[in-house]
Amino acid sequence: MTGSILFLLIIVLGCASWFFGRVKARRLVINSPDKRPIHSLPSYHGWYVALWAIGPALLFLAVWNFVSPSLITEAALSSPAAEQLPEAPFARGAILAEARSIALGKQTTAFNPLSLTMVKPYQTALSYYGTLGTVAVLLLVFACGTFAWLRIKPDLRARTKVERITMMALLMASLIATITTIGIFISLVFESFRFFSMVSPLDFLFGTEWNPKSVAGPPGDSGFGAIPLFWGTIFIGAIIAMIVAIPLGLMSAIYLTQYAAPKFRAWMKPILEILAGVPTVVYGYFAALTVAPALRDFAVSIGISGASSESALAAGVVMGIMIIPFVSSMADDSIAAVPAAMRDGSLAMGATKSETIKKVLIPAALPGVVGGVLLAVSRAIGETMIVVMAAGLAANLTANPFSSVTTVTTQIVQLLTGDQEFDSPKTLAAFALGLVLFIVTLLLNLIALRVVKKYREAYE
Amino acid sequence: MNSAATPVKKRTPTDWQGAEMQKRIRKRYGAERRFKFIGLGAVLISAAFLAFLLFVMVGNGLRGFTQTELPVELDFPAMTGGASPSQFEGQNAKANLRTLGVQDIVEASIQIQYGEEGTNLFSTGGWQRVRKEILKNPDIVETKATIYLPVQSDIDVAYKGTGSDSAEAKVAELSDSLSTGFNWNFLFNSDATDPMQVGIWGALKGSLITMFITLIIAFPIGVLSALYMEEYAPKNRFTDLIEVSINNLAAVPSIIFGLLGLAVFLNIFGLPRSAALVGGLTLALMTMPVIVISGRNAVKAVPPSIREAALGIGASKMQVVFHHVLPLALPGILTGTIIGMARALGETAPLLMIGMRAFIATPPSGITEPATVLPVQIFLWSDEVNRGFVEKTSAAIIILLLFLLTMNALAIYLRNRFETRW
Repeated sequence: MTGSILFLLIIVLGCASWFFGRVKARRLVINSPDKRPIHSLPSYHGWYVALWAIGPALLFLAVWNFVSPSLITEAALSSPAAEQLPEAPFARGAILAEARSIALGKQTTAFNPLSLTMVKPYQTALSYYGTLGTVAVLLLVFACGTFAWLRIKPDLRARTKVERITMMALLMASLIATITTIGIFISLVFESFRFFSMVSPLDFLFGTEWNPKSVAGPPGDSGFGAIPLFWGTIFIGAIIAMIVAIPLGLMSAIYLTQYAAPKFRAWMKPILEILAGVPTVVYGYFAALTVAPALRDFAVSIGISGASSESALAAGVVMGIMIIPFVSSMADDSIAAVPAAMRDGSLAMGATKSETIKKVLIPAALPGVVGGVLLAVSRAIGETMIVVMAAGLAANLTANPFSSVTTVTTQIVQLLTGDQEFDSPKTLAAFALGLVLFIVTLLLNLIALRVVKKYREAYE
Repeated sequence: MNSAATPVKKRTPTDWQGAEMQKRIRKRYGAERRFKFIGLGAVLISAAFLAFLLFVMVGNGLRGFTQTELPVELDFPAMTGGASPSQFEGQNAKANLRTLGVQDIVEASIQIQYGEEGTNLFSTGGWQRVRKEILKNPDIVETKATIYLPVQSDIDVAYKGTGSDSAEAKVAELSDSLSTGFNWNFLFNSDATDPMQVGIWGALKGSLITMFITLIIAFPIGVLSALYMEEYAPKNRFTDLIEVSINNLAAVPSIIFGLLGLAVFLNIFGLPRSAALVGGLTLALMTMPVIVISGRNAVKAVPPSIREAALGIGASKMQVVFHHVLPLALPGILTGTIIGMARALGETAPLLMIGMRAFIATPPSGITEPATVLPVQIFLWSDEVNRGFVEKTSAAIIILLLFLLTMNALAIYLRNRFETRW
């Protein structure tokens, strides 16, 4: 709490120092004997002072927030009361945590009487370091702010300095995306590496038995064979969903761009876009509540045995519906990119509209459409909520669309929910699955973008 | 060359009026009509899916906003032993109510009116309504009052639709006194185990806090990097790397961000599990590329003449960007931001990874408190066995969709109202 109050205080002081800097710079203009203009506008002097006042203080606050808890614990432990604490680190940690939350006022009664004795040292340490931090921060603000304020002279290049700092901020901001990508890759690889030290990568990638336990089985029978998961993912995301999405998406795009009256198009296109905006958890609920039971009843009525209420078909169909606008807008773009001369030539030769579309536009737009489908597949296999809610958990290696299959994303959710040890192969397997998913979607995207780009260049 | 030797074969001109050609043309036109019809069918089927989905959700969900009630006669003077209204005013009101034992009074009144088993008819937390009534209008304790209390979930389901046989029998028995009222609990309560007492306020507040954190992190970073990429970045390997990683992040499955949040924010930085802070950070990383991409397009759309004019009258490069380019690009950036935020609001999977699926019965009061968000709440309720949760889940979905619709409408309005076409 003190952290956020200090933060607000720093911001307020920063605003004040902006004002002081600006006032001083204006005085310089007014009081100069020959009304000689100063190098920068007064507001830049304000920014200069404010940045000096805020920057070091915020940096210090960030470091302090990170360091001070351990300093406080250390101080509390060095008090005489700490001598009674048990030696075992686990029991010790529990008592310390309890004493801490009592001292902070989050908790009123203690579970362990020992922690009550620790409350007092904790409170003294808390108030001591709290005061220390506050004083240090305020000193920094005043010292740095005054330093910058004193430097305001007519020839101070305040604008140049402020702009240099802004430039740094811009560069930092654009680095965050790269850092995130690297962070994703490193954290996935690191945890997967730990997983592969317990389970052989060959078992994982080519094993057909998925039955994760908290201790890995012997090699060859580890229970971490991910083939059924990969098959389930492909079956739902790349086969069933695409059987629904490609015809509907492609035909919708063709109709809306080539046939529909402008008014119809203006209404229908946003309506189809809504399909892409519905949250996936809503689709998942729809699939589980409405589509799956209907499909099961249908399967039972035509005499298919083994129909389950959680079926690959239900998840796949609903996912396909979700993907329709995606396929449709990709197809729309690539058809629009076909040069008008090709279409006009075909029509002038006497071909009907549909013949032109089938024999000229689609073949010409095919690379773009294929690229769009690849992007759609990459989105479908990374989709989580629909399969979690509708596809089931049984790792079946089956091609029967009415039976339950499981996917990579479902298993990631399954493995990481609930309180498990972070070191068990069960939890780490989720990161290995995540790594596979990340690499596959990355490759699909790269290929798709390359295909689309090549094709665009061909017509430019 | 030897055209004289082989005389040109005389072709008979195509007889367009002939039966064969007419048939062929009819066939081709038929194919044309069929193709067009299939296209229209595809559009209509897709739209019908959407309509069906909304119909199912609204059909189920509207019932979630109402609840079935039974009247209970409360003879306060007899039950309380002559409590006076002044006791329940001012600051001691809540303490005095506690000593009064409202729950016991309500249960006793129910048993008088509906027999020994009467309490089974009512929702367990329903007596709270009486407590609220007294706080609102203390004079009630001097009178005999009839207050409608929510019935038990099974009976509620049976009264609204079809329920279990035993519940249906009870509904038939009580049908004269059962009535329907608006379920205020649903808007103002948090998660609970009894479907009659659940509400979405806790999840909604969690969503708002999480979205706030996402916005204050993703928006500045997104805008700054869009400006850098469009206005400053030199064309070299390094900026290519930034560009590739932004485009790549936009296509990474959302669950991968959850894994990142779990491995980095929770395990390395040691931030609290289930907290809105971690959820907001994770979603911010996901939303940022969307803002960057739309921001770059908006910045790109500002014509070079504006920049040149500003440079011409002596502005520095930084002044050109921040005083002229950014304000002109802002409507486009805001549109992209709202669309990105709408996507983040509906996102579930990454938040499950960082533990925001806990049972949270009190609304979060800070960014480090355990919280849940609307889509995760929907997911949790959809897993409940109790049939009373079906309509609550759909009702929560209606609320979520309303929020998304408002945000998208706002984005479209902003685009139409402020975006300049150059």
